[in-house]
Amino acid sequence: MTNLTRAGFGTPLSRVDGPAKVTGQAQYAAEFQPEDMLHAHVHTARIAKGKITRIDVSRALAVEGVVDVLTHENRPKVAWFDLKYKDMTAPLRGSPFKALYDENVIFSGQPIALVVAETPEIARYASTLLDVDYKWAEFQTDLAQVLDQAFVPRIPRAGYHKPKSRGDGEQAFSDAPVQVSNRYHLSPEHHNPLEMFASTVIWEGDGHVTISDKTQGVKNSHWYICNAMGWDRDKVRILSPFVGGAFGSGLRPQYQLYLAALAAKKLERSVQVVMTRQEMFGHGYRPECYQTVSLGADREGHLKGIVNSAVTATSSIENYMETVVNWGSMVYRCPDAKLDYKIAKVDTATPCDMRAPGGATGMNLFEVAMDELAYACDIDPLELRLRNYTDREAMKDKPYTSKALHDCYERGAAKFGWDRRSHAPRSMRDGHELIGWGMATGIWEAMMAPTSARARLSADGTLEVATATADMGPGTYTMMTQIAADTTGLPVEKITAKLGDSDLPFSPVQGGSMTAASAGTAVQKACDALLEELLEAARRIEDGPLAGVDLDEVGFGDGRIYLIDDTKIGMRFEEILAAAEMDSLEATELAKPGIINMMRKARNTHSAVFVEVRVDEDVGMARVTRVVNAVAAGRIINPKTARSQILGGVVFGIGMALEEETLADHRIGRWMNHNLAEYHVPVNADVPDIDVLFVEEQDDEVNPIGVKGVGEIGVVGTAAAIANALFHATGKRVRELPITIDKLL
Amino acid sequence: MFRHPQTTPKGVETDDAIRVQLSVNGEPLDLDLPPWTSLLDLLRHRLALTGTKKGCDHGQCGACTVLVDGRRINSCLKLAVSLDGAEVTTIEGMAGEGGALHPLQDAFVRHDGFQCGYCTPGQICSAQGLLNEGHAQSREEIKELMSGNICRCGAYPNILDAIEDVLNDRVSEPRMPE
Repeated sequence: MTNLTRAGFGTPLSRVDGPAKVTGQAQYAAEFQPEDMLHAHVHTARIAKGKITRIDVSRALAVEGVVDVLTHENRPKVAWFDLKYKDMTAPLRGSPFKALYDENVIFSGQPIALVVAETPEIARYASTLLDVDYKWAEFQTDLAQVLDQAFVPRIPRAGYHKPKSRGDGEQAFSDAPVQVSNRYHLSPEHHNPLEMFASTVIWEGDGHVTISDKTQGVKNSHWYICNAMGWDRDKVRILSPFVGGAFGSGLRPQYQLYLAALAAKKLERSVQVVMTRQEMFGHGYRPECYQTVSLGADREGHLKGIVNSAVTATSSIENYMETVVNWGSMVYRCPDAKLDYKIAKVDTATPCDMRAPGGATGMNLFEVAMDELAYACDIDPLELRLRNYTDREAMKDKPYTSKALHDCYERGAAKFGWDRRSHAPRSMRDGHELIGWGMATGIWEAMMAPTSARARLSADGTLEVATATADMGPGTYTMMTQIAADTTGLPVEKITAKLGDSDLPFSPVQGGSMTAASAGTAVQKACDALLEELLEAARRIEDGPLAGVDLDEVGFGDGRIYLIDDTKIGMRFEEILAAAEMDSLEATELAKPGIINMMRKARNTHSAVFVEVRVDEDVGMARVTRVVNAVAAGRIINPKTARSQILGGVVFGIGMALEEETLADHRIGRWMNHNLAEYHVPVNADVPDIDVLFVEEQDDEVNPIGVKGVGEIGVVGTAAAIANALFHATGKRVRELPITIDKLL
Repeated sequence: MFRHPQTTPKGVETDDAIRVQLSVNGEPLDLDLPPWTSLLDLLRHRLALTGTKKGCDHGQCGACTVLVDGRRINSCLKLAVSLDGAEVTTIEGMAGEGGALHPLQDAFVRHDGFQCGYCTPGQICSAQGLLNEGHAQSREEIKELMSGNICRCGAYPNILDAIEDVLNDRVSEPRMPE
């Protein structure tokens, strides 16, 4: 082989799965098409709450090519106990949604029937022929109407960080000479990954079931569907080699998996269910939020008291929670702070995590309040942040494993040219366009979760590294390959990464920006263990060049183990296997975080976002024309793919700031803009060139490989920086996201 | 794995089938199709050409973009029976001899013009359509004329870098973070 690719930490390796994706060979969930597969189409409820009093499927069944119509009246037996429907990421309290379980309707868009047919066209057509009578019940989908019923769940959700107040925030606020206090609102958002949710249940006929599923966690889907269907874990395999985006919507198994399994179980045939774009609005979403932020400061802008309270929506059946009010209180030095977070029930599907859940909501709204304080104190917004800077995590008063936010501010501001900003609103313009410069701080978590990985060396000298994680777009295949290359010294061409298969060693769901830290560490450990075993084998080869050598005498590289003192002496990996008469060599390792150490120090990513907007003064149209996002996220494994993650986060932030909102007609309790023509996401023309800066942090404590994750930090702060830039451009403070054109006029 | 072309699915021997002749990626096909079959469903379900993606089925996302006689269209909005005699090119037909990547495909990989990869075949076919049209000369024009293809992962700046490379017949260094 010639031109072998060397890669290690910091190499901008192109995605190893890139060729498969650009040639159309990457196989997504709906693209598993077994022979004689049936296609099923979902029929959804037209009412927000109540009961199905009659469901007539006869006209649908009469259509040639329709095989069956499943409803709550004829579904096969499934588990009844709620616990059997709890996936690994479900809220601890509540009753997970069970499709076609009984006659009750609890949200508009709920699946109530499944039409199974020989072709997707027939299934879709026949689903329009169902005749359903409903009995409406009283419902409420408007969060504003139930704020007074908001409550603090007794048992919080796993992973939720309870806000911690300090001192007397209310008193400190009311004593402060400068005060800003306002209520902010974030509209509901839907993830809208471009691939629609799909599951293909492949009925193997011998009791075995293979399922291709769009999911961020094959182990989670496996756990869930085996429990719900009462299937033998050893006979069920979930595959999800490629995921066409998910952004959190694939953390929980979505209902198409359950429905496809239900139909396959009843008909004992292979069945595929693909959601429509409209149906993609009938599952989890980023919940609506009302947040009140009161900031008290002295005249120099030093924070004296913070009062931050928020209410987000949950469903009638589960207590979905996010960490919303903590972030600002963690970032800024302030002696007194009162934090309060509640949820309130509305009659929609249970909300679910969406890219930086809680942080994107809470910190973006908090950072608009900080901008208001800057103007109330007549201080530059960046200067205000610097005056309230702290090296410690201020909410729990803990040290960080690392925090290079100060460098983010400095380098981001220099790159942007922030010092050329004129402070007064409406003071910068270019012809008929008002120019606004805004900035904000971002913060997110740097988590790690127990993950196992396997490394296997084959007789031909190729290496496979594997764990049951997902790659919904961050570049996990590439990251795993690169860490294996870094650890073993093998060229990229000799390494294959495998993921998205429930038969592989355990990995948690891909989410929370923790995959690189978790799966990356596991791959490194497995490769290290493999090399040790390989050396052990080499040492035992009598008369071999490495017989009896110690670990500290040898080096690994170019697919060889060699003597450090004389690098010409050594053995190729495949020579060792051949001499030791082994077909392959394998090591599986579990990587897990040190719990005690995790409690001692805070671990977070930080960012400083600088944005330029231009607003057409006559028609109010706003454009983002420049973004600089300076991010401190530990070590960067691959600058090319890491930059892309920040680009994606910034684009999500643009959507949050200017475009995205799911609008309900509360009179009928239904999302009204449930398609991509009316739910606006940023398109190419909406997105400017984005400068991404990484402020490298050498952090040996956050996790063994020192990476903090970059999947979510890009969205936190970006929406606020845009909102603040819009104020700077227009002098108009909008406290609701998204800031659509009607709010600027 | 598990891909089986189903040109005539069981149970649907419809009397309404209409004969069409079209070429897909250079291969001439005689097909008897129910008149309601969209080009997208023909490709994905009957010809097992799943490189063309379904993202909305309503012409709102661009994931299903293919080339028909060199022009880019949303294949979800086109009935297959209306394409008698047409030449269809999908992402599977873009690569050159021996699987060598098309310059656009190569540029998308180099510039990381995608993340999840789901919109990518549509982006690449759309980009080829844009090059065929010959209207776009500047980055701003490409941006405007590529706005029918949603990339929810937000790879837009990299998509532009990739298309600019091919438009200007050059191989530029991918942008790096500072």
